[in-house]
Amino acid sequence: MRLTLPFCSAGFAMLMISFPGLAQETGEILRGQILASTCFTCHGTDGISPGAIPSIAGIPADSLRRTLQEFRDGRRPSTVMGRHASGYNDEEIASIADYLSRVTKEAP
Amino acid sequence: MTLNRRQFLGYLGGSVALAGLPVWRGARAASAKVVVVGGGFGGATCAKYLRRYDPDVDITLVEPSPHYVTCPGSNWVLGGLRRMADITHDYARLEALGIKIVAARVTGIDAEQRRIDLHNGDKLPYDRLVVAPGIDFKWDSIEGYHEQAAEVFPHAYKAGPQTLLLREQLEAMADGGTVIISVPGDPIRCPPGPYERASMIAHYLKANKPKSKLLILDAKDKFSKQGLFQAGWEARYPGMIEWVPGTQGGKVDRVEVDTGKVYTQEGLESYRGDVVNIICPHHAGELAHRANLTDDSGWCPIDQMTFESTLLPGIHVIGDACSAGAMPKSGHSANNHAKMCAAAIIALLNEQTVPIPSHVNTCYSLVAPDYGISVATVYHLKDGNIQAVEGSGGVSPADADANFRQREAVYAQGWYASIVADSFS
Repeated sequence: MRLTLPFCSAGFAMLMISFPGLAQETGEILRGQILASTCFTCHGTDGISPGAIPSIAGIPADSLRRTLQEFRDGRRPSTVMGRHASGYNDEEIASIADYLSRVTKEAP
Repeated sequence: MTLNRRQFLGYLGGSVALAGLPVWRGARAASAKVVVVGGGFGGATCAKYLRRYDPDVDITLVEPSPHYVTCPGSNWVLGGLRRMADITHDYARLEALGIKIVAARVTGIDAEQRRIDLHNGDKLPYDRLVVAPGIDFKWDSIEGYHEQAAEVFPHAYKAGPQTLLLREQLEAMADGGTVIISVPGDPIRCPPGPYERASMIAHYLKANKPKSKLLILDAKDKFSKQGLFQAGWEARYPGMIEWVPGTQGGKVDRVEVDTGKVYTQEGLESYRGDVVNIICPHHAGELAHRANLTDDSGWCPIDQMTFESTLLPGIHVIGDACSAGAMPKSGHSANNHAKMCAAAIIALLNEQTVPIPSHVNTCYSLVAPDYGISVATVYHLKDGNIQAVEGSGGVSPADADANFRQREAVYAQGWYASIVADSFS
């Protein structure tokens, strides 16, 4: 029921609690969480989009990492993603991809 | 709670350590009170992300209005693409996240006692305060332009009744009329906003009043996405829009609402408009000035990592009101400030390392309903300042085809749906 989550406050609460290894377990806010939060402005909170911009939650980390690198290196055409991906190095891209891959995987 | 505050010893969580000020120990987030003042993109997002980063912290959002009308999308209302209801949002979903919503005006901030005063006499204690007051206008900066004059020459740069007023004036104007948009110098809220506005008004005029003209009187000599806008105007509204840059007499010094005239070149030249939109020069919202959070620039200096005021410890300033390095003043920037500020506050309250911030600004503009353009930049902290990541970002390609422009128009609307959901629900 991914699509209902952004409109459901209980969904948010469950998402937060269900992240193993993320903020609620260690008490620290992780690098991937910080970086990925800037994706949410366009792609929706937790990468679940309410509109025309594609959702990016739950994409396997390897696939998302490769996609972002291809955007950055101009090997994959885009409107704006090439301009965004060029702002991150491989390590940053990996932590974004890792975080986003776990959002829905761990969500109820 | 006053009792809690007395227990805090020996640690100043923020970046500003001033001798002689009471030393503040970080409250554990579980019992800490964070008050957010201002319910725009910055304040609303900050309240929400504080909750996401800590389920226990006590969060109060203070905003006098039960609704927020977004500036993004307000140009689309002027063009007839959207209705006011489409760009009006409430706080019910934030309330459902366990955020207290207090409908009140802030009359004072006591930074030493860590308490704000509300117009109804209530006082709210805080461990950390977030101030997101947006902008207010410098009414004295254009002769003759003041709050009453804005009822005749709307600024429409705070969305709401002013947006409707400008729209009604456009609807009442006869075909063949002249619309004037006056644009101030930098820094302004939403740098491409005036030019998207020109595009959307031209879209309306082309369909309804095709003999009309639109004149942009600009204090600046160049503007955001200029090449893209001008190419778009040539393609879609040939001959309709004229842009007068500052060095060619574009800066408006004086207005006369009775005659419909605006004056430039120190009064030597005048223009008459049937509809006149004065985007008045502005600075940080009035509360920031009253609370001594502003410097000579009229904006609020902040620590670029935590958004904590460099003037008053314990108070963070986000959104248009703060000087956030190289970032433009925009709803998108405010949404990103808010997330970094929320993460910093939770880390400070829990005595943890403040996460390294990262920001993005993305700005879509509609030249026409099926013609979108964008600018995007990624920002990081470098040498203590928020700077663009070298090699990142840029504007839409100049040679893009119609399909590309059409996709960006769709994404512009997708961006709006996403940022509103990310900020207000």
